[in-house]
Amino acid sequence: MLFTSFGFILFLAILFPLYYLVPKRLQWMLLLAASYVFYAFAGWGCLIFIAVTTVTCWYASLRMDRLQKRQSLYLKARKEALTSGEKKAYKAQVKRKKLGWFLAALLLNFGILAVLKYTNFAIVNLNAVSALFGGGQLQLVDLLLPMGISFYTFQTIGYVIDVYRGKYPPQESLPRFALFVSFFPQLVQGPISRYDDLAPHLLGEHPFDRRTVSFGLQRILWGYFKKMVVADRLLTAVTAIIGAPETYDGIFVLLGMFLYALELYADFTGGIDITIGIANTLGVPVKENFIRPYFSKNIEEYWRRWHITMGTWFRDYIFYPVSVSRPMLSISKKSRSLLGPELGKRVPVYLATLITWFATGIWHGASWNFIVWGLLNGVVIIISQECAPLYRRFHERFPKVGATFGWRLFQVVRTFWLMSALRSLDCYRDVPLTFSMVGTIFTRFSLTPLFDGSLLELGLGAGDWIVAGLGCLLILGVSLRQRRGSVREQLERSPAAARYAVAFGLTFAVLVFGAYGVGYDASQFIYNQF
Amino acid sequence: MKRICKWGGIALIWAGAFFLLQALLVPKYMDGIPDGALVREYYRETTEHDVIFIGDCEVYENFSPVTLWENYGITSYVRGSPQQLIWHSYYTLKDTLERETPQAVVFNVLSMQYSEPQSEAYNRMALDDLPLSVNKIQAVLASKMEDETLLSYIFPLFRYHSRWSELTASDFRYLFYQDALSHNGFLMRADVRPVTTIPEPKKLANYQFADVCYEYLDKIRLLCEEEGVELILIKAPSLYPHWYEEWDRQMVDYAGEHGLTYINFLDRIDEVGLDFSTDTYDQGLHLNLSGAEKLSDYFGAILRDAGIPDRREDEALSAVWAEKCEAYHAQAEAQYAELAEKGYLTRATTPGSQIPAGE
Repeated sequence: MLFTSFGFILFLAILFPLYYLVPKRLQWMLLLAASYVFYAFAGWGCLIFIAVTTVTCWYASLRMDRLQKRQSLYLKARKEALTSGEKKAYKAQVKRKKLGWFLAALLLNFGILAVLKYTNFAIVNLNAVSALFGGGQLQLVDLLLPMGISFYTFQTIGYVIDVYRGKYPPQESLPRFALFVSFFPQLVQGPISRYDDLAPHLLGEHPFDRRTVSFGLQRILWGYFKKMVVADRLLTAVTAIIGAPETYDGIFVLLGMFLYALELYADFTGGIDITIGIANTLGVPVKENFIRPYFSKNIEEYWRRWHITMGTWFRDYIFYPVSVSRPMLSISKKSRSLLGPELGKRVPVYLATLITWFATGIWHGASWNFIVWGLLNGVVIIISQECAPLYRRFHERFPKVGATFGWRLFQVVRTFWLMSALRSLDCYRDVPLTFSMVGTIFTRFSLTPLFDGSLLELGLGAGDWIVAGLGCLLILGVSLRQRRGSVREQLERSPAAARYAVAFGLTFAVLVFGAYGVGYDASQFIYNQF
Repeated sequence: MKRICKWGGIALIWAGAFFLLQALLVPKYMDGIPDGALVREYYRETTEHDVIFIGDCEVYENFSPVTLWENYGITSYVRGSPQQLIWHSYYTLKDTLERETPQAVVFNVLSMQYSEPQSEAYNRMALDDLPLSVNKIQAVLASKMEDETLLSYIFPLFRYHSRWSELTASDFRYLFYQDALSHNGFLMRADVRPVTTIPEPKKLANYQFADVCYEYLDKIRLLCEEEGVELILIKAPSLYPHWYEEWDRQMVDYAGEHGLTYINFLDRIDEVGLDFSTDTYDQGLHLNLSGAEKLSDYFGAILRDAGIPDRREDEALSAVWAEKCEAYHAQAEAQYAELAEKGYLTRATTPGSQIPAGE
């Protein structure tokens, strides 16, 4: 069920009133039922996979917790009787068992994800290697890829890791845990929530609050505007450009990068706005996933502001553990002795960075373009860190420059274009093609196509360009207002006429200018495919 | 109370804006394709009719209610729409019989050849202007293509919203009221484009009409029986798309089995007096004004024999029909005058106004 389908609107229209009509202690059950109904629309087969992940992670976490508790009781009861050595041996035994359950949950669930998502990628690469040596070829397999599997697997594994680390006790109730895994608004494209953030709200009681519901609905509306009026309109032009690389090179590649940046932002943040808006309407606060990322002044800042919950997941569950892992500590030791203390201590960090970005890349998709995209992000971050002393010296020499608006603007524009250039790997989905197309920006550059009517051959009429342009300006305006705090709160303080004018304007903009219905391909959110 | 008033007011303004936008964005068919305007015009009728024609362009281009009135005093209406499929016909008839009880229903059987929805455009022309009712919902559910939604038939804004970039002055001019384009459902074309060649009929793998078509034909028959209306089956004298003998036999059998009248006018071209060098505007696909008048005159005699009364003595009806006749003759004169002056009809030759062959 697409977020942009009439069916989904009807689903919400039934759920919202029902949610506030049922006894509050039953609200979470209704949400669970609604989440499974929503997921069932993706196919009955998908339900099996999410159920397996739910049950295995829930059970493994419970077992780990039981072991921990049993250990405490055992040691407490035999405080005096056991020697220090015996206590250590017992603890090691418990730790091994805990690790067993932990690894079982991890391997099973990452295994499911790996098999479903990466089998064909592995076969393609094996076939390529085999072809070099004149070997046989394996057939690709037709596997079901359950909707949002990367999102719910990561969210659930995050929970297992946290329980393993003893961050919080596990959820005893399977149905309650199932709601955490399957909460429908974030199944499609995240955010990847943490159990201790989400579950208390999800499982709590929520009396109807007009302001919360109103804010939630406003956010949903804003999300639909971004997705249906801006993103899906720009999608037409982006598809035309990347679909015909032999026709659209040079300036069009640059234009494609720019339009894709706008499309992706409107699409992904629009989807997240709908997700957060739905959750808010149900009285459930969900973590923000974006903080005006295109205003970032460098790539590190960009990744702190774009897809935040994914970034923090990789940071907490991959980067940190890898950085302090035994092999990495040993590399650190060796690199310090080889390269000196300064550079040597950075080597394991950079290595962990590359591993994290490799994982981020492959999480986005089972293809080389995503892997190269991830690694290039890591490389750019490393280069910018290596260049930090250079920047420092520059600012020491010209202290006033750094404080000027022009410099900040330069940084923002530079970061935007850098990220857009890297993202072209996501557009063309073919590494050599991407590099050759980006190369044409320098070899076949001409501004003429921007003024000779070629823009009107990209599937958008003049009216569509105007609507998309105005939509982007509106998004920019709202982003600028956000720097002064919540736009909805600012709107709340404005006169009633202005509030209703905004609500009416947005609603009718979506109804009239939205890309939906016959004549439009119902387009899925871009991040749904990850 | 104050809160209720406030929210009621807001809802009212919202609904007003919604329906205004919807009215603006839906196609009005005042330029280009008049065929799309046919269904809505029926609901302006103030008097009942003794004969209702149901079917596709083979009825609304070929039968002239004004001729039936002038020559026989028969009141009739053509409830046609382009490529009206048999389920469209059934629900259109059902809608009609909820409003009036004619003495006879004339159904053109060309649509028996279609067992599946063919085109969204023709679905729209048949269903958009049916008033919202259970009947309309059933009609939509029976007709919609895979990517169409029921909701977009209830609120056409959801379908036509993308017309915002195609709006013309005509959309604003006819926002609240559209001129009548037909004469009791008859679309007039006075121009002539004689038959030169008739395309060779293709051989079909299967000549048997689909079960679903018989199912709807049964429904039409039973509905007429329930309402005490005589059902007359016809095949209009359009030279193509080809009407196969195998199809004709099935209709003869069906009519015989159920005691219905079935007239294949293709067998009576000479009796009717049709001359396809002068009586068609598109090389035999449809009749023009002169052909339609000949056919209507011929059919009027059959209807008279079937007991359809002459209403010309009814003063109130005569007054209503006098206006209709005046408008009809005025348009005929205007078309003949334009033909004499330019050799073609400006509106009728607007690109896109021609319904493709086969409908």
